[in-house]
Amino acid sequence: MKKTGAQIIVECLKKEKVEIFFGIPGGVLLPTFDVIYDSPVKFVLCRHEQGAAHMADGYARATGKVGVCIATSGPGATNLATGLATAHMDSIPMVAFTGQVATHLVGNDAFQEADTTGVTRSITKHNFMVRDVKDLATTIAKAFYLARTGRKGPVLVDIPMDITRQTCEFRYPENIKMRSYNPVYKGYQQQMKKALDYITKSKKPVIYAGGGVISSNSSKELRAFADKLGIPVTLTLMGMGAYPADSDLFLGMLGMHGTYYANHAIQNSDLIIAIGARFDDRITGKIDEFAPKAKIVHIDIDPTSIGKNVIADLPVVGDAGEVLKELNKLIAKEKIKLNFKKWHEKIRKWKEEGPLTYKNDNKLRPQYVIEKIHEVTGGKAIISTEVGQNQMWAAQFYRYNYPRQLLTSGGLGTMGYGFPAAIGAQFAMPDKVVFDIAGDGSIQMNIQELSTAVQNKIPVKIAIMNNGCLGMVRQWQQMFFKKRYSGTCLKEGNPDFVKLAEAYGAVGIRVNTKKEVVPALKKALKINNVVVLDFRIEEEENVWPMVPSGKPIHEIMRGLA
Amino acid sequence: MKHTISVLVENQPGVLARIAGLFSARGYNITSLAVGETEIADISRMTIVVDGDNRILEQVTKQLNKLVDTLKVNDFTREKYIARDLALIKINCETKRRPELLEMVKVFRGKVIDLSPKAVIIEVVETEDKLKAIIENLRPFGIAEMSRTGTIAISRGKK
Ligand SMILES: Cc1ncc(C[n+]2csc(CCOP(=O)(O)OP(=O)(O)O)c2C)c(N)n1
Repeated sequence: MKKTGAQIIVECLKKEKVEIFFGIPGGVLLPTFDVIYDSPVKFVLCRHEQGAAHMADGYARATGKVGVCIATSGPGATNLATGLATAHMDSIPMVAFTGQVATHLVGNDAFQEADTTGVTRSITKHNFMVRDVKDLATTIAKAFYLARTGRKGPVLVDIPMDITRQTCEFRYPENIKMRSYNPVYKGYQQQMKKALDYITKSKKPVIYAGGGVISSNSSKELRAFADKLGIPVTLTLMGMGAYPADSDLFLGMLGMHGTYYANHAIQNSDLIIAIGARFDDRITGKIDEFAPKAKIVHIDIDPTSIGKNVIADLPVVGDAGEVLKELNKLIAKEKIKLNFKKWHEKIRKWKEEGPLTYKNDNKLRPQYVIEKIHEVTGGKAIISTEVGQNQMWAAQFYRYNYPRQLLTSGGLGTMGYGFPAAIGAQFAMPDKVVFDIAGDGSIQMNIQELSTAVQNKIPVKIAIMNNGCLGMVRQWQQMFFKKRYSGTCLKEGNPDFVKLAEAYGAVGIRVNTKKEVVPALKKALKINNVVVLDFRIEEEENVWPMVPSGKPIHEIMRGLA
Repeated sequence: MKHTISVLVENQPGVLARIAGLFSARGYNITSLAVGETEIADISRMTIVVDGDNRILEQVTKQLNKLVDTLKVNDFTREKYIARDLALIKINCETKRRPELLEMVKVFRGKVIDLSPKAVIIEVVETEDKLKAIIENLRPFGIAEMSRTGTIAISRGKK
């Protein structure tokens, strides 16, 4: 039977087993939304397309499935851009649909026309404009296939309005093959043997793992690998939860706001085994002085990540999970047993010398709040973050023992990400507690989604670390610009977040002192509604430790702690 | 060092913008770029001459390979290949100097493809280096206009 383009879009969603998608309609999407009206796939109306994109992203990060969003032409599409760029930088599988003006108007500066594929070309893994209804189903199938394979990422499909009205036979391709796209999953056996060679010869190895381990669902394999050989593990922000924080071998995060001991371990190591991580500048600090004594084995699915920032002594192109499985097999087969006792001893000393800590006095400090969030949620919550100090504290002081527990914009650093991402995650995981750890600046970037959360009874908890300023920028101004707080003071303009929550039909709780923290959190957990917790934290609290930009990562400042 | 890279791509809308965008976004220097059809209808070949050290070239080829529409990337610098540029050069040459000009064109194996009272148009197909030399030699005659393709290249041997 023939179907219209609009019907085909929804049929494709069904074929892809999409449960939910997020977005906002508009003129060119009217035929599509008319079909969505009767569709079994749940549509969530957001209040801003950026929110829709981050919700799809949060859903994808929490589940590993492809997140889906939809926006109208022109402003709808440009509003998606930040969300696409955020997902692109962190390799999150997403498919975004955008409406486009009718084919005969394309290029004429028609009403609400934007060159969407042009604008999003460099912030998506790939994008398409559909020019014939006969190509629609295949194009959508390709989009899903590209999003979830290889190095994952967002794919956009731009669909002119007339295409949604035209009809053709609907046939969904069972298998997608693209002769120009063949991601490599299995590592070369030869390279993996060599990797083990490097490991057996090393005395001070460190595993440095990132988002690739989470993306490939291979934290179990990572755990087996590290524990079997006794190699300490440090994680990037994107990798948090890929290896349990409670393990003795865990070194915490590395880099700019990494731990003292992770950075020292890296700088003194003789072998770095990088797995699904890309030696970003926030990790390496001054690159010429990064891990000067170490050989580097770099495992990544994306060949462009290897040799881009640091030269790998041994590149292994492949999926982190596949490679780790194979390495574990080899280790078992060859009965490899190693002993890094001396190295462990050294690391233990660094751990004693520079523990991750903060001033635990009577003041209301954000680190304490986050530790308590950890406590009251039994360490099992899904945590999303905004960007800035709140993000770093959330990474440092909530102990992530499970993958897909921390949802944060690592690569792009998008303020306004956390709250919609939390909503997306909560839709996917109704039984989990989902917390957005926020700053008073960031939360205001997508605060309108309170409406979406309340309307859909999504009981996300927002913990605002309210310091009255754009804290992370202020910290840099304090340290490097003589406390000239230029453009970073929010306080006088901040809304009353409790009243704001109430205005949306959510619940607001203000917390002024340390002793109110636990009762407030417990109360919030009992409320089956969105709760905005306004923690009035110490205004000049800083994130420690810290490596000033451009410095080698062992020159780490430990601050007051 | 200059590298001549051949990229086979799906002939899809936007593919040229993708490649050009990749070069500009990542700050790689394109010396020239030429696009055309291949023996297969829906595959185009782009020949890109790019300047950079080995490390940059490694990234360039990897990044080109990563594009979804890319079928194959060859850095010709590592193999035997043949490369040519085409130039059309218009010279406003006085009639009395024409014999001298025509002699020069002959020496360089160029072709006169148009003659009018005021102008001579010369076609030269050569390697980039030689072309440069030819242009320098023609300059004294007064080059009025010039139009050049980028380099196109093909590997030697079977395939
Ligand atoms: C969309 C966006 N704009 C600007 C920035 C630059 N920036 C990084 S951190 C930060 C301050 C964030 O302030 P707030 O949300 O209050 O968090 P805090 O650092 O105080 O915890 C800013 C402005 C950014 N990361 N994202």
